[in-house]
Amino acid sequence: MGFLTINNIHHTFFTEKTSTTALENISLDIEEGEFISFLGPSGCGKTTLLSIIAGLFYPTSGNILLENKPIHGDTGFSIGYMLQQDYLFPWKTIEENIMLGLKLLQKDDAVSRTQALKLLGDVGLSGVEKQFPRQLSGGMRQRAALARTLAVDPKILLLDEPFSALDYQTKLKLEDLVSDTLKAFGKTAVLVTHDIGESIAMSDRVYLFTAKPGRIHKTFTIPAELRSLSPFEARNHPLYPELFQTIWKELESLEIHPGN
Amino acid sequence: MKSTREINSLHDQYKASLRKEKRWVHFFQLLIFITFFTLWEAFSRMEWIDPLIFSSPYKVWSLFLEKVMDGTLLSHLSITVFETLLGFLIGTLLGTGLAAILWWSSLLSKILDPYLVILNAMPKVALGPILIVALGPNMTSIVAMGAIISIIITTIVVYTSFREVDPNYLKVLQTFGASRLQMFKEAILPASFPTIISTLKVNVGLSWVGVIVGEFLVSEKGLGYMIIYGFQVFNFNLVLLSLLIIAVFATIMYQLVELLERKLIKNN
Repeated sequence: MGFLTINNIHHTFFTEKTSTTALENISLDIEEGEFISFLGPSGCGKTTLLSIIAGLFYPTSGNILLENKPIHGDTGFSIGYMLQQDYLFPWKTIEENIMLGLKLLQKDDAVSRTQALKLLGDVGLSGVEKQFPRQLSGGMRQRAALARTLAVDPKILLLDEPFSALDYQTKLKLEDLVSDTLKAFGKTAVLVTHDIGESIAMSDRVYLFTAKPGRIHKTFTIPAELRSLSPFEARNHPLYPELFQTIWKELESLEIHPGN
Repeated sequence: MKSTREINSLHDQYKASLRKEKRWVHFFQLLIFITFFTLWEAFSRMEWIDPLIFSSPYKVWSLFLEKVMDGTLLSHLSITVFETLLGFLIGTLLGTGLAAILWWSSLLSKILDPYLVILNAMPKVALGPILIVALGPNMTSIVAMGAIISIIITTIVVYTSFREVDPNYLKVLQTFGASRLQMFKEAILPASFPTIISTLKVNVGLSWVGVIVGEFLVSEKGLGYMIIYGFQVFNFNLVLLSLLIIAVFATIMYQLVELLERKLIKNN
């Protein structure tokens, strides 16, 4: 049994006119401290799967266990969820934004406040506590969002393309920061992305999804040489382009023979 | 590359040009004001306009002093302002509260949708006689008029803004295990403050309409009563005095709402 077990998940969306199967037969195990990527074309249901893991809604069938306990209906632990954009609340200061999760979980005592503010320092944002989100750059805002996510000490981090709205340089820097921070705290993380390079550089394992309906097509284990490197260094390792090519070809073959 | 001193002097020039423009704006605003009252007075004295109907600033001013001295103006004014404030607050709070209930239950909002449309389309002042019969010819009916005129439109506008809050903010809160009440408090309500403020601005005007019409009908006290009384005895000095006072106090209320806006919306 893994740390996070996904058991035979099916999910179908219903509208008045159509029913669309978004996910079919998804089963996987994630160990504690692992960094996993879901890679696939848009519409392959990877974000749907992430939302189900986050407990935002129930799957049509199947279940998800975290430390052998079903996650749905259990509000005793918190999940860290980072979105494409930072979604910092514009009317709250950075400090109030960071403290939001703790406040909602009624844990905003002096100790956790100090810890949360220390986190802000860890992501390189000391001194902006009293500022409003609009006063910060896109990269800084996404770092603040990371601090907000980590402040509640979640057991698992779910990253829904958190770098896609950033410029390339900021994205590379933030990849390193997220990777370092998660390693330092020993967090388990699931990243959803359509960027092959990002998935290779950041994760320990990559699940390649097919679209319509979303299924796991193939699993790539990232070689230990790349895993030990930071995302930026991994991108410069000789093994990186090789793996990139392999996954690229696999994705292309999916486009030619969809649903295989 | 310019030196710091050159840049500073350019900045000073820019600030000076801004100040100059502001002075001109104020100058013309004052000019329009003075011209209007001067022409009004002059035309009335030369009888280019009928002084019996259009009065004149001097006559209105004399009447104003007279009414201030004998204390009747203050009593009429305070009653109307009180009724308007009360109608405005009740209308806005009930409207926002109703919007919150509709947000809470999407089923209820679907059920009530056609009724809201009908109530909104209905001219509320037409309800005046019924209110007076039901609540009596007193202050209660007048306040009810002031409130009823803004409730439904507040509900519709605020509810729409509640629904348009970016669902991703709710997603963030949901991952922290937030309850529906917490979502309302942390995201829905603060995100809608700008819309609520702009409905407040509209409601200021609406409440004055409701209260003045209510006072027309009840015809007992207040500025609306002064207008209808002045009209009945053909004392248009009194009508115009009431109108000018209403204009001044409606403006003051509007400015107070803007002050509230600056206090409430800190982030822009």
